[in-house]
Amino acid sequence: MARISLVGLKHSYLAHPAAPDDWALKELNLEWQDGGAYALLGPSGCGKTTLLNIISGLLQPSHGEVLFDGRDVTPLPPEKRQIAQVFQFPVVYDTMTVFDNLAFPLRNRGVPETEVRTRVQQIAEMTELSATLKKRASGLSADGKQKISLGRGLVREDVNAILFDEPLTVIDPHLKFQLRSKLKELHHRVPKTMIYVTHDQTEALTFADKVVVMNMGQVVQQGTPEELFLTPHHTFVGHFIGSPGMNVLPCEIDNGNAVLKGHRIATANKAPAGISGILELGVRPEFIHISDTGLPATVTGLSDAGRFRIAQVNCLGQTLKFLVSEDHPIATGEVHLTFDPTHTHIYHNGWLAGQEGLA
Amino acid sequence: MNKAVNQKAWFFVLPVLVLVAFNAIVPLMTVVNYSVQETFGNNQFFWSGLTWFTDVLRSERFHASLTRQMIFTGSILLIEVPLGVLIALAMPRKGIWVSICLVLMAMPLLIPWNVVGAMWNIFALPNIGLMGKVLNDLGFDYNYTRQVGDAWFTLILMDVWHWTSLVVLLAYAGLVSIPDAYYQAAKIDGASRWAVLRFIQLPKMKRVLTIAILLRFMDSFNIYTEPVVLTGGGPGNSTTLLSIDLVKIALGQFDLGPAAAMSLIYFLVILLLSWIFYAVMTRNEEW
Repeated sequence: MARISLVGLKHSYLAHPAAPDDWALKELNLEWQDGGAYALLGPSGCGKTTLLNIISGLLQPSHGEVLFDGRDVTPLPPEKRQIAQVFQFPVVYDTMTVFDNLAFPLRNRGVPETEVRTRVQQIAEMTELSATLKKRASGLSADGKQKISLGRGLVREDVNAILFDEPLTVIDPHLKFQLRSKLKELHHRVPKTMIYVTHDQTEALTFADKVVVMNMGQVVQQGTPEELFLTPHHTFVGHFIGSPGMNVLPCEIDNGNAVLKGHRIATANKAPAGISGILELGVRPEFIHISDTGLPATVTGLSDAGRFRIAQVNCLGQTLKFLVSEDHPIATGEVHLTFDPTHTHIYHNGWLAGQEGLA
Repeated sequence: MNKAVNQKAWFFVLPVLVLVAFNAIVPLMTVVNYSVQETFGNNQFFWSGLTWFTDVLRSERFHASLTRQMIFTGSILLIEVPLGVLIALAMPRKGIWVSICLVLMAMPLLIPWNVVGAMWNIFALPNIGLMGKVLNDLGFDYNYTRQVGDAWFTLILMDVWHWTSLVVLLAYAGLVSIPDAYYQAAKIDGASRWAVLRFIQLPKMKRVLTIAILLRFMDSFNIYTEPVVLTGGGPGNSTTLLSIDLVKIALGQFDLGPAAAMSLIYFLVILLLSWIFYAVMTRNEEW
């Protein structure tokens, strides 16, 4: 059980990194509370697995420190950090039974056999492996094997944190949901710090209390799922989270207000005076509505997404997407749109204007 | 849906059938033919039933060469398999040294068998060969042409030199195919080096090692060229392995019947042992 702090962490796989792109992880500072459920969300190659391996000690960072409860553990190897990790592809010891697999981390640490037995029984019951304890681990299905991996992490009582590296990749879609709920339930029963790496927004948003969004080796925003949805701090967060992602439109600034081809748009934030660079307006498809007056637009497409429909329009030379409820009739041809002012933001060089670089 | 029955499909199997007939079935049948007949010359043959088989199975000569063969095959397997695994474990996993090591390892496998025999024959000569001379200068009374123990030592050393590489290459292929996550998980689980070998590396190498042992078993059981060139089966009959003995009977004494019966028994022994080994290794596995 531990609070995890990352201080001035940087990592490069090259011996002599020079260009910014040489860094797999650009400088980051994070603080994770004891017992929290966190997710690291980002596209492939954004550095999330690198970060996870640094926390577990499989990788030594080029710079910076990893602290558990304020204690510097950076030089410690993984087995001294009291950490558990579940990998993308299930790792089980094929020749052992499920019981021996679960007991392995305890036996390696010289725990007495009677205690091993009670502990394994307890964890097997939690992970629904009790019935298969005597079977050989190699005979289980992918989700069973992943449960063993998870069980090996939970079985040690002194574990500081459990790290998950895209653990549901090889699980059948219909079991994914089940296993995800299981994880969530386990987190309530075993309140250990859990860090979950994924590129799947649904997994991240359903599992974690707090999500850290990463892109190109950098943390772009940390917040609750709601915060990420309502106020993306970076256009990347807007794109990456939500389906479809946020609409981003180039705009001009007049006196701190956004102007789109001569139309003034009310926004939640104001641009500071004398701003220059790339200026954009971001608004999620959920917050665009059809109205009697407003921006003129032409409907170019409509697709059904189940509970709602996604309308695609051409508005002032830009393509926009927004949601229309199933029962709402939509006019074809010319419509007028308004943006919900509390959920429309100005972005400066990609970052929320006024918040640049504050991850 | 009804599928049309078309007997013409059999014609597609015919070429394979002809090929297999010519390279396996027909030669094997001629051997079977000889094994049940007796001849007194003049190309006249008489039916003799299974007498050659019972003769061979009861012959002390056959027992002796079979025992020698078992000892030889057993020894080289006991040395080559663990040694091969150890070398594979010690080989680098990345960098320029990988290719260098692999090429070095493949070298002995590329040398023709009779060249290997001739090389070791000269290398081990007690008066002029590098190894033989050095051993004698060091005070060992080493002479593989006269002393049985020395002949066996040289024979086994030669085979180990020639064929350990095969085990190394197969074991190495098995090792590099183990995903990193296994080693990382083992580290996190606090596994010792021995536990990693016992519970990750060996189980993951099991399939390639099964193949390696099977290949080495069959090859060493059939070995002919190298021992013939090295020792010619001597001193005395001490290194006369099964194949050497078979050639002596078939071509030296021209006893076609006993030689044919012995060939078939020889073949069945290899088949049976390979099958038992394979069945045991894969008994609880889905391949």
